[in-house]
Amino acid sequence: MTVRKNQASLTADEKRRFVAALLELKRNGRYDEFVRTHNAFIMSDTDNSERTGHRSPSFLPWHRRFLLDFEQALQSVDASVALPYWDWSTDRTVRASLWAPDFLGGTGRSSDGRVTDGPFAGSSGNWPINVRVDGRTFLRRSLGTAVRELPTRAEVESVLSIATYDMAPWNSASDGFRNHLEGWRGVNLHNRVHVWVGGQMATGVSPNDPVFWMHHAYIDKLWAEWQRRHPGAGYVPAAGTPDVVDLNETMKPWNTVRPVDLLDHTSFYTFDV
Amino acid sequence: MPELSRRRALTAAAALTVAAGAQALAVSASAAPATSAGHEEHTGHTGHNEHTGHRPGSPSAFDEVYKGRRIQGRPTTGGGHHHEHGGGYSVFVDGVELHVMRNADGSWISVVSHYDPVPTPRAAARAAVDELQGAALLPFPAN
Repeated sequence: MTVRKNQASLTADEKRRFVAALLELKRNGRYDEFVRTHNAFIMSDTDNSERTGHRSPSFLPWHRRFLLDFEQALQSVDASVALPYWDWSTDRTVRASLWAPDFLGGTGRSSDGRVTDGPFAGSSGNWPINVRVDGRTFLRRSLGTAVRELPTRAEVESVLSIATYDMAPWNSASDGFRNHLEGWRGVNLHNRVHVWVGGQMATGVSPNDPVFWMHHAYIDKLWAEWQRRHPGAGYVPAAGTPDVVDLNETMKPWNTVRPVDLLDHTSFYTFDV
Repeated sequence: MPELSRRRALTAAAALTVAAGAQALAVSASAAPATSAGHEEHTGHTGHNEHTGHRPGSPSAFDEVYKGRRIQGRPTTGGGHHHEHGGGYSVFVDGVELHVMRNADGSWISVVSHYDPVPTPRAAARAAVDELQGAALLPFPAN
């Protein structure tokens, strides 16, 4: 059974294997298909029409399944690898070991945002940015500049305390847990972290930065924490909602999996705590 | 309609953009009059439909040079060049279209600043120029 661990607690060998598996998926072309899929959904999910991957109740199960696909791809390279999660409410500075040269590398240089150290630096030649929206082919970051602070634990707690999963109109204007976690309303958790990282992470092609997976693994863990706190609450809407994935409806792009199939993460993986 | 729309492939979405856009237009016109008014304020434009006559609540056009690059925005007819949903307004940076999207609260995002809403499409265009740091925009959808 896969155990997803806090990135801060990984051993040197676990980091090395995770990085090597990422580089192999990049080399063989599978990585960029994940970037392309994400961008296609982010561009087509809109508040007033069909929405599946973002700004909708299925934001959480969609990303849970997307991460499962990616984790399985990593495991096809190295069966020992699991997706780590980044608890950005704790490891909240540019000095966190996450950004060290033996893991993801640090922030970009000020002139052009280019990441210059770590396994994913443009100069390594191992991480070309192929699925992109502009001419730049190197990984960029600008940690903590577009927004100064990552969410605090108190802000996370305030969102976990929201008892209703989601609410009409089931989009970026909704009240409820999902939209506060996604960040279109309220203290802003998920969206703010994308903005804090900057570079490709702030764009529709955000999976170009490997931290995407660790960010979303933590968002996914927060969903699990919310479920434990609110055992009587569940995914909504239940049925008959135009443009929105109801509990028992299948989700694109898989068309074989429904939110109801993804509510219990323990059938796929567990967490270290 | 929802069942049908859910079944259609993402890549085939362009053909239905016109219908979806018309729906979105009806919703935004009826559900968000205050927001629309706010937009007119932001863009310094007080009357509806002066530029287009077909998109109530849509911000007005703009055309300026910002940080050395030409940014333009205008309401569009949904004539088929949009490959995504939520069209109805197009933004260009040095003549290359920038994918933008309007949120339910009237704020805007673009594909290069997708998690950080700003008040107007002009603000989204300026944020894109800031983010691009002189780089050329690629036509969407991304390759």
